[in-house]
Amino acid sequence: MTATLRLLGMGWWLQMKTRSRDPFDGILNIIYPLIFATTVFMMFREGGDESALITAAVGASVMGVWSAVATSAAGSLQNERRQGTLELLVAAPAPFPLLVVPMTLAMATLGLYSLVATLLWGRIVFQIPISIDQPLVFAAAAIVTAAGISLMGFLLAVTAVRYRAAWALGTALEFPIWIVCGFLIPVATLPEWVQPISWILPPTWGVAAIQDAAFGGTPWVNIAICLGLSAVYGVIGALLAGRLVNAARTHATLALT
Amino acid sequence: MPVIEVADLRRTYHAKTGIRRRSSREVEAVRGISFEVERGELFGLLGPNGAGKTTTIKMLITLLLPTSGSIRVLGFDAVTEPREVRSRVGYVFGGDRGLYERLSGLDNLRYFAQLYGVPAHEQMARIGELLEMVGLSGRERERVEGYSRGMRQRLHIARGLLHRPEVLFLDEPSIGIDPVGARELRDTVAALASTGTTVLLTTHYMFEADSLCDRIAVIAGGQIVAHGTPAELKGRVADGNVVEVEVFGSAEGSLDAVRALTGVSSALVEERGQAQVLVVRSGPGIDVTAPVLGCLSGIPLGRVAMREPTLEDAYVELVGAQDVT
Repeated sequence: MTATLRLLGMGWWLQMKTRSRDPFDGILNIIYPLIFATTVFMMFREGGDESALITAAVGASVMGVWSAVATSAAGSLQNERRQGTLELLVAAPAPFPLLVVPMTLAMATLGLYSLVATLLWGRIVFQIPISIDQPLVFAAAAIVTAAGISLMGFLLAVTAVRYRAAWALGTALEFPIWIVCGFLIPVATLPEWVQPISWILPPTWGVAAIQDAAFGGTPWVNIAICLGLSAVYGVIGALLAGRLVNAARTHATLALT
Repeated sequence: MPVIEVADLRRTYHAKTGIRRRSSREVEAVRGISFEVERGELFGLLGPNGAGKTTTIKMLITLLLPTSGSIRVLGFDAVTEPREVRSRVGYVFGGDRGLYERLSGLDNLRYFAQLYGVPAHEQMARIGELLEMVGLSGRERERVEGYSRGMRQRLHIARGLLHRPEVLFLDEPSIGIDPVGARELRDTVAALASTGTTVLLTTHYMFEADSLCDRIAVIAGGQIVAHGTPAELKGRVADGNVVEVEVFGSAEGSLDAVRALTGVSSALVEERGQAQVLVVRSGPGIDVTAPVLGCLSGIPLGRVAMREPTLEDAYVELVGAQDVT
């Protein structure tokens, strides 16, 4: 157990180091959330509803976390393949899922910056009075949401072991998830056939929990559902990883050539 | 009991091309090879690019599943017991890739030590020992992106040895490094073998296989075309003569005629700078210089020399014969 936690911790820390040293990714990670926030605040300001603006601020901040993970998750294993380390990871005796989870966890951790940046951007540039009724519960809901998003990213990432073009999947899902998970508009306003899809996605419950915490509601049920769904995604991802690694060994897709 | 047992191993790749009209092509990279490696032995798989060396080594270290045949490493089946194999073997490949560029050498080693289950309290001591061995002490906190090729290769070796593997697989480890670095690498490999580590080395450098390996299997076209000790392989051509003719023009057109000459056992053309060199091997006591020059009439020629055959001639002959068939 200690060795597993050490492996996860070291993987997360080294991923954080690697990602923070990439100037291209670094600049994008700083600028993207501010662009999202600016667009959303300008749209919602026209309505003149203060609570809608806070909802928009929360939604825009989670958009940043999701975008950070979605665009990088599947691409990260493609990068490992490109730099020749994917084969070394698979050739190691450590369980492969435990090597991928820290990657997406690091992405979500960096994505949490967008949450803080969005709220500050709204306060400083758009003078939105951000008042959070339960700051500690708000922080807990944000962390659980980030964990849920990172496990969704994990599920996306493992597909790249077998399919070299899977990096495109995350990019393709970036915008639909914004809508389906109710980041900006309530899930209840979506077409009825879409809503069951929303319910099986952890960020739907995570963002609802964050909003509850911001407005003084009771977020614990939403937090619990988000955690439960995240665990399910984690288990599915781990099972899928085993199968996909075997498929990659059959189809010779661990290396570029 | 052999440490590595390979029996009738085959691997076929399916290459797909086209977008609208998809077509699939089968490539047989490894075609029924068998060999065994004993504990403590330094075994070489020698062959040209595309011969099937890397495919073979990747099946041995569980990165590829064979199409058919069997592989046992340290008594474990590489197909059905991959984790058992992985924890006991090390893998090092040549070239620039396979390292985390933005991390330091030390971080790379710490990560892989964790991946291979090196106990936390032993990690730093083991890493220090290996850094000393590969000559990277004092440079371990620098980012890998600033390392030279030789330094990267030495870091690769250290990475592959972190968990004290019983068997070390080296896939063209000296590719792209300078002669001094390559010599140091060979010394390191020889030192490892002398401590009882079983080493399987793939290379296309004849001298590397000759100087390091206890036994060599020559692989070409996915098949083992010869195997034995370096001395046994040299013995295959020790009795003949070799004539080398420098040709300023196309010598390929005359190859068939040269091969048809009485006493000629093999003939091939090598590119050397702006000229081609026709290398003709003949049987013991037979001088084929005059008839060979007769076949080349009308083509501008340079230096003509006769020499004793070498191990490289044996290799070239074996591999060349495979190309012809």
